[in-house]
Amino acid sequence: MTSTSMSEMRPSRIAEFFGAFRIATPVVVASAPFGLLFGALAVQNGLSVGEAILMSATVFAGASQMVGLELFNQTVPAWLVVLSIFAVNFRHVLYSAAIGRNTRHWTPFQRAFGFFFLTDIQYAEGEKQAETPRGLSFVWYMGMATFIYVAWVAEAAIGSIFGNLISDSYALGLDFMLPIYFLGMVMDFRRRPLWLPVVLVSSAASIAAYYWVGSPWHVSIGAVAGITLAVIVGPVQTQEGRS
Amino acid sequence: MSSTVWIILAGALATYLTRIGGHLVLSRFERLHPRVEAGLNAVPAAVLTTLVAPAATTGGPAEWAALAVAGLVALRGNLMTMFLTGAAVLIVLRNLL
Repeated sequence: MTSTSMSEMRPSRIAEFFGAFRIATPVVVASAPFGLLFGALAVQNGLSVGEAILMSATVFAGASQMVGLELFNQTVPAWLVVLSIFAVNFRHVLYSAAIGRNTRHWTPFQRAFGFFFLTDIQYAEGEKQAETPRGLSFVWYMGMATFIYVAWVAEAAIGSIFGNLISDSYALGLDFMLPIYFLGMVMDFRRRPLWLPVVLVSSAASIAAYYWVGSPWHVSIGAVAGITLAVIVGPVQTQEGRS
Repeated sequence: MSSTVWIILAGALATYLTRIGGHLVLSRFERLHPRVEAGLNAVPAAVLTTLVAPAATTGGPAEWAALAVAGLVALRGNLMTMFLTGAAVLIVLRNLL
């Protein structure tokens, strides 16, 4: 490494940290309504403002926070709420496994700390950044994460304070915002192999379970049905050339 | 502390485990069994579908229209566009019907 590139590296740490802010900006703008919505729905579902902020600050995973809210409202045992949050966030296992290959130059502490912030967007942008010549630095990663995190927690605070003021939540459709949101997330995964069969089987199984077994078991039963289908059929699909 | 706070903290720990666990466990394997990989690939769609389908059966025309429009928009637009469109359809129809 030449001395010029070294001297470029030093001051650029701060530039790198804040440079990631620019990439994070559209993400923060796009996720703001969901952060605010979470805060508003949290108080609608009986959480206090403090609990809503605590959840955004410690769980920091939009979809699973919404699922948690949905289940808090019902008489669901605590372990099942936690298991549901775990199930919705299970995809992060794959992100963490995949991005681990691009963070070998981080210290173990940097990985243990940084992976707390491994949201869908953080993962996707991190993978893109890893392809650049500079690679995925811890400084850049934390610049991205810091902006998104601070905004997310602030939105929970604003949303939960504002949520208390909403009187006619039915006319505003707040009770049905989550299914619409989750439909969008389902659609986001539509390029996955076996997506349609999995969605159809999970739909049928969850509806059947919803009416004959009862909530919230429809979540686990429906999910297991779709995953089981993929496990049974999956390898046939991925070995197109050979079988 | 209330039970809600404990559930939130347990949920936070569960979430953190998913974010660190993949790196700790899966990266030890050269490659996953194709069936395991197919199952893992199906996890998000399978879980999220269960949060939409039963709710859709409890709705009426306004909810169905919102989901249908949102589903169509999702084919072209991003998550934000589809969400705002679906929400707009729902709010308008609930106030008209």
